[in-house]
Amino acid sequence: MEVVEKKNKNKRYKPILEGIPDWPVYQLSKNRKEFIEEVAQKTFSQIKKNRPTTKQLIDEIQATVYREQQRMKRNRWRVDAADEPKFWATIKDELVALSSKTPEESQAKADELLYRIVFRYANEIAGNFKASSYRVTREIVKFWFARLLNGARVKKFGAFFRNRYSLRDKIHIVGKVGQLRKLAKEGTVVMVPTHFSNLDSILIGWIIHSLGLPAFIYGAGLNLFNIKIFAYFMNSLGAYKVDRRKKNVPYLETLKFYSMLAVQKGAHSIFFPGGTRSRSGKLETQLKLGLLSSTIEAQRNLYLDTPEGQPVRKIFIVPVTLNYHFVLEAPDLIDEYLSSKGQDRYLPEQDKYGSFQLLRFLFKFFTKGSNISVSIGPGLDVIGNYVDDGGNSLDAHQRVIDTRDYFISDGAVTIDKQREDEYTRMLSQKIVSEYHRINRVFGSHLVAFVAFELWQKKHPNLDLFGLLRLPEEDQELSYEEFRASCKRVRKEIYRLREENKIYYATHLTGKIDLVIRHGLDNVGIFHLNRPLLMNKEGNIITKDFSTLYYYHNRLAGYDLEKFV
Amino acid sequence: MTSRSLSDKDKPVGVIGAGNFGSVIANLLAQHRKVLLYARDPKVVAHILEKKENRGYKMHEHIVPTNDLASVAEACDIIFPIVPSAHFRSMMRELSPYLHPYHLLIHGTKGFDLTLPQNETIATIKELNRSMVKTMSEVISEESVVARVGCLAGPNLARELAEGHPAATVIASHFNEVINVGKKLLRSDHFQVYGNNDLVGVELAGVLKNVIAIAAGALSGMGYGENAKGLLISRGMVEMVYLGRALGGNTKAFLGIAGIGDLATTCNSSLSRNFHVGYRLAQGETLQDITSSMDEIAEGINTVQIAKKCADYYKVRAPITKTLYHVLFEEMTVKKALEYLMRYPLNVDIDFLVE
Repeated sequence: MEVVEKKNKNKRYKPILEGIPDWPVYQLSKNRKEFIEEVAQKTFSQIKKNRPTTKQLIDEIQATVYREQQRMKRNRWRVDAADEPKFWATIKDELVALSSKTPEESQAKADELLYRIVFRYANEIAGNFKASSYRVTREIVKFWFARLLNGARVKKFGAFFRNRYSLRDKIHIVGKVGQLRKLAKEGTVVMVPTHFSNLDSILIGWIIHSLGLPAFIYGAGLNLFNIKIFAYFMNSLGAYKVDRRKKNVPYLETLKFYSMLAVQKGAHSIFFPGGTRSRSGKLETQLKLGLLSSTIEAQRNLYLDTPEGQPVRKIFIVPVTLNYHFVLEAPDLIDEYLSSKGQDRYLPEQDKYGSFQLLRFLFKFFTKGSNISVSIGPGLDVIGNYVDDGGNSLDAHQRVIDTRDYFISDGAVTIDKQREDEYTRMLSQKIVSEYHRINRVFGSHLVAFVAFELWQKKHPNLDLFGLLRLPEEDQELSYEEFRASCKRVRKEIYRLREENKIYYATHLTGKIDLVIRHGLDNVGIFHLNRPLLMNKEGNIITKDFSTLYYYHNRLAGYDLEKFV
Repeated sequence: MTSRSLSDKDKPVGVIGAGNFGSVIANLLAQHRKVLLYARDPKVVAHILEKKENRGYKMHEHIVPTNDLASVAEACDIIFPIVPSAHFRSMMRELSPYLHPYHLLIHGTKGFDLTLPQNETIATIKELNRSMVKTMSEVISEESVVARVGCLAGPNLARELAEGHPAATVIASHFNEVINVGKKLLRSDHFQVYGNNDLVGVELAGVLKNVIAIAAGALSGMGYGENAKGLLISRGMVEMVYLGRALGGNTKAFLGIAGIGDLATTCNSSLSRNFHVGYRLAQGETLQDITSSMDEIAEGINTVQIAKKCADYYKVRAPITKTLYHVLFEEMTVKKALEYLMRYPLNVDIDFLVE
């Protein structure tokens, strides 16, 4: 059964910029060569600044070579370049040869080696946006999604080629859409979504297109490029590659400069500030500060490079939450979370989902009634102040403030790393609180939360791990009890909504029995073992406790426990 | 004097609040920069202008008194708000429209701000938690756009500072920039300035020590000697650490100048207002008599109520604070309180350093 969402939210949006050649990302890819050189040059100077002596520099290069060779030995991927071993072997040979050189000669040679390394990295990271390929992808996606939707929903011959349903009926976009569109014209938008699934980036890509926004660039984990179908999508959507295996300084610096300079040049970007998919299913509370600090740095550079009084392109942070009934990877994510929490074991990153599983999921997604909703949060400046539709930063009393002032000491814009670290912390806190505020509660979140908490309450002496091993005969909740708790928690969610601390989907309102029904039907809908079901007696049971815990976590952090 | 010649280029520094501490800080700042000193009362402004004197302190020639908050915010990038905690928020609300993110605020107020539900007072409220109790830096952040906030804390008895005795202070801020500015502006041959990044910890240390200061005054008023005081200071310290941690500070801040430094000073000095309150309590005076005869607020009295109720809420063991609460507000005698404390069944010396 399906509760229909309000339709008026899902209208069609006109593109804010007419032709693709006007898009910042297109400009960037057109000048790809110059851009990569600039990234390499800036990274090079930065590393040199932090490693002033020849010895420090050589040590750094040595460490990098060592790590890279270790990585190649242990963990090579399909996407890795074929000439990789040769490249690093050459660097190593040349490093060894340095020992017989004079200090001046070694310095010059070390500089050259470093530049070669960062230049290679910059090339590797750089995205490859092509207007033609973007258009093709967009059309393929649109066409096949429409076929799937219509063919599956309307059980009539010929329905396959109708256009009665579009993706818009499946994915609901709510929140500050109008403002986002205005801000994207006014300045540079950095979208910071929550991260639950590998599907997020494609979903976000579609949303950006359907809101009429030009393509955004984003860093996608290199592991995703192993899956061919993803690799094609990502390349055409303007993704740049982030390789989490490489933890060496030159790589990390190059990555940072790449994203920072792109933002500085006005390319709208997407950062997943959680860094990686949420393993526990909780909304992110700890963000990766590196990427956020690069937006602050980019904004400061823009102020620094512009004389006072002249207009400066502002950077806007837009938090976004993705709300799912179902996360494809949930069982594996939560397993990873639990085993790492249980015994601190190292877990290598691996993806069990190839193209086939993905297609199967997509098919199921379109043929069965599981909707996704996307909440667009209000725009923030790089400090975390709300902005109005014109992009002006506002204080708590709606007075306009000049973001430039945050970077001023003694009357001039200055560079102060420590100060910006603090601003990063402030921004990160603000984003986290916005996530919780714009989070949209689904019926499935509610039932998962209540069921798990009820079990927890029945066994107050068991810790999480004990609870997960609960014998099957104890895994049954009476419907009446469950229903009463759902009602209480829902009431509290209503109250929180009044205080502007959370949102809920329209399907959460109305008769509680229907809401529970809808929740049970949807929670983790495509998993082999359903996290929550109703048995023949009409009571609530689970087939997969840890996945239930995963979906339950979506409502953690609101102090709802005491209402269960 | 380290006073260097004042250049016209340097903007003046603002001080808000012309009480004892505000006046003395203004004098210290005036050795380096021109100072705008804001007083709420126009009569005080006129008095300073005319007599070059305030509350018995000679005012430095670089100090310009004013009654106009807007002009202080306009002329100064760096402002030291030093007003009693009870008026701090309302002062910030008045000042806030004139503040910009380029301002730096370093406050010198050792007290809590309270925001209670309607129809409640600190005396009536049953449960008091951190969402209602704010430090001054938090008030600044809530009420204004200023991000670069710091606080001034430490053993700084106004009278001694005015006389140029050697002393030190700590400036706490998340921003090194704020600490460095504070150092540059305040440091002199007699005045050492330290830095600390645990802003809330330092603020809490400065606030909570006032509780122990009252207790120290009471001991002294009873005529007890140095053994008793040593006992009080060390146990008081432990209590401050626990309460401070419950309210969001780190242990370290309490071991520094703003913690043990300030505590040792206020517990030994009859110059301290809080000590004075305790002393007179032990002499048998009532709280009402004492407060009505003082010219400035003793922050400690309010702090005892807040600290006690927070200790209840967060289930922190705080025997000194709780007993003092009974003395101040529930008519327990100091003598009874002491008997109770001496029988308190807790005898582990240090248990807060295990991380």
